Amino acid sequence: MMRLNVFLLVLILCCALGAVTSQHKARKLFQEMEAEQEHARRLEVEFGQLQLELSTWATSPRIERIAREKLEMRLPEPARIVTVLPAGSGDDQ
Amino acid sequence: MINSGGARAHKFAESPILELGLPAWRSRFMALLILACFVVLIARSFYLQVLNNDFLQEKGESRYRRDLEISASRGRISDRNGDVLAVSTPMRSIWYQPGGFDLQPTPEQMQRLAGLLEMDDRELRRRLASDKFIYLKRQLPPETGERIAALKLPGIGQDREYRRYYPTGEMTAHLVGFTNIDDKGQEGVELAFQSQLLGHSGNRSVIKDQKGQIVEDVGSIRLPRDGRDIRLALDSKIQYIAYSQLKQAVEDFKARAGGVVVLDTRTGEVLALANWPTYNPNNRERLTGTQLRNRALTDTYEPGSVMKPFTAALALEAGKVRFDTLIDCSPGRLTIGGKTISDTRRYGPLTVAQVIQKSSNVGTAKIAALLEPEQMWNMFDAIGLGQAPGLGFPGEVAGRLRPWKSWRPIEQATMSYGHGLSLSLIQLARAYTVFARDGDIIPLTLTRSDELPLGSKQVFSPQTVREVRAMLEMATWEGGTAPRARVPGYRAGGKTGTAYKVEGGQYVRKYVASFVGLAPLSDPRVIVAVMIDEPTTGAHYGGDVAGPVFARVMGGVLRTLGVAPDAPVVQADAGGDAEQERL
Repeated sequence: MMRLNVFLLVLILCCALGAVTSQHKARKLFQEMEAEQEHARRLEVEFGQLQLELSTWATSPRIERIAREKLEMRLPEPARIVTVLPAGSGDDQ
Repeated sequence: MINSGGARAHKFAESPILELGLPAWRSRFMALLILACFVVLIARSFYLQVLNNDFLQEKGESRYRRDLEISASRGRISDRNGDVLAVSTPMRSIWYQPGGFDLQPTPEQMQRLAGLLEMDDRELRRRLASDKFIYLKRQLPPETGERIAALKLPGIGQDREYRRYYPTGEMTAHLVGFTNIDDKGQEGVELAFQSQLLGHSGNRSVIKDQKGQIVEDVGSIRLPRDGRDIRLALDSKIQYIAYSQLKQAVEDFKARAGGVVVLDTRTGEVLALANWPTYNPNNRERLTGTQLRNRALTDTYEPGSVMKPFTAALALEAGKVRFDTLIDCSPGRLTIGGKTISDTRRYGPLTVAQVIQKSSNVGTAKIAALLEPEQMWNMFDAIGLGQAPGLGFPGEVAGRLRPWKSWRPIEQATMSYGHGLSLSLIQLARAYTVFARDGDIIPLTLTRSDELPLGSKQVFSPQTVREVRAMLEMATWEGGTAPRARVPGYRAGGKTGTAYKVEGGQYVRKYVASFVGLAPLSDPRVIVAVMIDEPTTGAHYGGDVAGPVFARVMGGVLRTLGVAPDAPVVQADAGGDAEQERL
């Protein structure tokens, strides 16, 4: 009878310690998950900011200015434009 | 009772107190007193455990449990190709809540805070002297917010909020609109689609340890719902073409205002909508009502001659005239009911097509005389006059079309060439979809739609439309009113309008020059409507003022859309009149 009691006592101690460690592990993992989620949020914010930056750099007025001034591009005169139509469209231009 | 002769020691049983023979009520009184104490104790515990349990539980939880808000962001607005037109990024606002602490910030801390807030030291002190909650500064970049938080000043806290940015700025200001500081739509699409754009923040309850770290979630989590992204039908390249050409024209002609609308004739999508004057939605200080007005949608005007093709189409449809029926337009004047209609020039007999090509008021009035007022009203009604265009846009107007029963003959005549009724530029552009399509009118949409529109309504027969398109093309030929509206490489057609403005019920010598046209005529894809309000230098005719804008916008749009040219390239007009084409 005494032995059984000692055995049960040891068993219950093990279980208790197990519960404590798993709780601890769970909290650790939870915090890790929190950190990752925070990271994801921050990346999303950064994505938004980068998207904003991208569209600010890519506005049409800026593209046109660079094309005209820096690259000295311009529209060809109508006479110098050759239109290539898809085959079978039946146009003779 | 005193035992005088015995020993001095007492036996336990014979305590002298007992021998005093105290009255019995005293012990009973004591017992009652003790009982009363127990009753008080039980009552108190009942009070705490049962009656006040919730309150105390909550108080206890508040020591370790925190409710956190999970913020959700407002949806983005992008153009049809996914280019961002409006986006929210998180910002911080710094507030001050006085009271409850006596820790005074050191002068050095104050200086740092003032520096971070970009605020004068004295101004900051003045604000901190407040005895109410105040915002010290709103919409600071998140990095600055973190640095302020690191100062750990008592009473100073921060909120997370969003700021809306509009990378395309003034170009799309009227259509996209803007939000206020609390992220609520105030104008334009931001207001029209507020309920969809709005994000719904969630919340969660957590247990925090004393270091402020979240230990675990308790209770249920309500997930945040980000606002929906809105994809407009707008094409930012086309918008840029329309905007820059409009701006140029308004400056060249020193006009008061102007508007351009570009429609896709197949889907009814609004590809561009530009107004001048405009404003920068990212910096809205010194904003005036004039700048804010989205004229193309919220202002009506008397359109003038651009309505003539509808009269001609109706007469063709009713079989009253044919394409080449001669109408006598001499001597350039026509008197109806005591009022005189006149032409700018004295034309002789003109065919119906020439009446449109040369935009003869007299000719149109004579064609209208062949029609019943009710017929005309039905047609105007069918093309959307007097009805809001149904875009769901804030402030869109219906224009004015009076019931036909109250028309006098002179009014029927003036309405045939676009006076005595009013509409907005977008209504005008939409009305022209009947000529761009096979005689049916379609609903417009601001958002991108990949399906063909539902609810198209037949107004004219395809045969009538083909004839009217030929007339519209003639207007851009030599002898027409708008040779300058020709689009190199494409067959384009359209109609000019030069309308007198009405001020205080009187026509005044101020004009609205407009041009509405479609191209390529072999298979119309695009409608461009241009309106220039009060051009003051040089020309004021629609063909001279709005025509060139139309040509440049249309040329740019067709190239952007990759529409194959349908007109043999005429030898380029060598010389100074080379078109200043935009990319």
